[in-house]
Amino acid sequence: MTDTLVNSFVNQPDEAGRFGIHGGRFVAETLMPLILNVERSYKSACNDVNFTRELAYYQKHYVGRPSPLYFAERLTAHFGGAKLYLKRDELNHTGAHKINNVLGQALLAKRMGKTKIIAETGAGQHGVATATACALFDMECEVFMGEEDVRRQKPNVDRMRLLGAKVHPVTSGTGTLKDAMNEALRFWVANAQTHFYIIGTVAGPHPYPQMVRDFQSVIGREAKEQLMEAEGRLPDAIIACIGGGSNAMGLFHPFLDDESVSIYGVEAAGKGIPSGLHAASLTGGTPGVLHGNRTYLLQDEDGQIIDAHSISAGLDYPGIGPEHSWLHDMGRVNYVSATDEEALVAFQLCSRLEGIIPALEPSHALAFTGTIIGDMNPEDIVILNMCGRGDKDLEAVLPMLDERGLL
Amino acid sequence: MGRIETAFARAKKQGRGTLGVFVTAGDPDLETSGRILDAVVAGGADIIEFGMPFSDPMADGPAIQASSLRALKGGMTLEKTLAMAMAFRERHAEIPLILMGYYNPIYIYGSQKFLNKAAAIGVDGLIIVDLPPEEDGELCLPAKQAGLSFIRLVTPTSDEARLPTVLAEASGFVYYVSITGITGTKSAAGASIADAYKRIKSVTDLPVVTGFGIRTPKAAGEAANLSDGAVVGSAVVDIIAHNLSEDGSTHDEMVQKIAAFVGDLAKGVAAS
Repeated sequence: MTDTLVNSFVNQPDEAGRFGIHGGRFVAETLMPLILNVERSYKSACNDVNFTRELAYYQKHYVGRPSPLYFAERLTAHFGGAKLYLKRDELNHTGAHKINNVLGQALLAKRMGKTKIIAETGAGQHGVATATACALFDMECEVFMGEEDVRRQKPNVDRMRLLGAKVHPVTSGTGTLKDAMNEALRFWVANAQTHFYIIGTVAGPHPYPQMVRDFQSVIGREAKEQLMEAEGRLPDAIIACIGGGSNAMGLFHPFLDDESVSIYGVEAAGKGIPSGLHAASLTGGTPGVLHGNRTYLLQDEDGQIIDAHSISAGLDYPGIGPEHSWLHDMGRVNYVSATDEEALVAFQLCSRLEGIIPALEPSHALAFTGTIIGDMNPEDIVILNMCGRGDKDLEAVLPMLDERGLL
Repeated sequence: MGRIETAFARAKKQGRGTLGVFVTAGDPDLETSGRILDAVVAGGADIIEFGMPFSDPMADGPAIQASSLRALKGGMTLEKTLAMAMAFRERHAEIPLILMGYYNPIYIYGSQKFLNKAAAIGVDGLIIVDLPPEEDGELCLPAKQAGLSFIRLVTPTSDEARLPTVLAEASGFVYYVSITGITGTKSAAGASIADAYKRIKSVTDLPVVTGFGIRTPKAAGEAANLSDGAVVGSAVVDIIAHNLSEDGSTHDEMVQKIAAFVGDLAKGVAAS
């Protein structure tokens, strides 16, 4: 490593897929040859201008990128501090940032000659994005989704089915994202030679954390350029919610070496960290090995994984991407949290003040934003990643808002 | 000669392959689990694969998933698994005992502490499903230093280019996973086992046993005939699942059935 890279945060992982002690390739031997093949193919695709050009084409004409960077004037006035900009990835085709990564991986699968795709999904946004790409590129699609999530995100299940995907409800464990990922990995082991696994977040065995981050980094690159155009400078703070952490990694990565930018990753505190019912792996977890990588996990003292809890199906995961774990260890990113209740209030607030119905996931990020932005200076600038829209959550959220007199 | 080598040499002398049997530590409960181990030995198993339960066994099918969860629900921990292994070794001096499972509970326990303890109580080897050769620094190399065999899984996806990497640090024996899939589901065709056996043997002198998807005495006999041994897990664990009772009143019968089934498996292997 040369001297100029020593203090950089953007050159991870190493050849073995490590981000410090995190990351790696902790998978069954059946999957190793495939994962090595994905890594080789991804490297070659990155160096192929035809691949990057094709991806850029679909990002622009199919997804609708660049997504706007919108000055949220009424939220700014409400909080009475720094200027708040929203990176509007909820306006992407399919309604969330997930499509950025899915198109990249689907094109890679196509390049590798694979026509059968599997995916796991929590909130269903990654499942919908994958089903969408599979319809677009004429691929077979099987999505694994926890039974509990199938129930609380029904509209997304319907969308996936309409798009031609087969949805497998997963009943093992608590029937949420962790179990969906176990089941997708089991299915992949059994169908390793024929299927490509499109992982939806910056986790899993190397090269997935790196690859998904690279595909999502378009968020941060655009935001940087757009803010430069609007304000002529860097933001003072950037904020995103974290389950596995793909939208956050996408926003953060292009800013990691900009020292003046404070970075906040907001985990789901569920019913509160002390209650034990949360999904905050960094705040309340310890390093361990699950789903192909070492990273912070919610686990007991015997190394058994503890179920996460969050009102948001997309954050309901007991782990986190290994690069976040490393950035946490390095102290570059501040990892904080917001509870179910705080997210509900932010969900309603954003709807009423901006006419933007946010997904429950970025509602956590907005809830945290509300706790710091009022104390910042009026000339300061904050970017929040509005990574998904809330249509999928209405059925679950409306009765809760009603109960609280917020409707 | 270590226990593993002795077991293979003895079977070879008798003109047959070895029988390996997998059961999960603490399933259905601590006390019965110890008796099941004895039943497996009495039935004629040559090698014991003792599962260290994990909450998220990503290479296992429904039978072993359920088995792990039963054990964990009953309060099983890695410390208790090691205590069971120690008690087993006191009762059975000769039979090889392999601990099988996933890395995280070991990592959390402390890898070196685990290895020292396992070696001291007479565990012979480890099979850790989610530690491929790329992660050898984690446990494989320290295990060998501690005097434990690190048994590699070879799969149908391990091609010619991959095999030397997989087998470079292999010791004890090689476990051929005869299907691309999770435990206790599909079963492999004889021709593919024979072909894989030949390929593996061209790279290593270690014995090669075949497992995953072997459910009957006949299949065990075939697999032992086509390689150096057979491993049966889910079919044994299923006997536990089918004979559970709240008050444990059916557990004597469960243990007897397991002894009888392992006896049948041993006969199947002896006829190989």
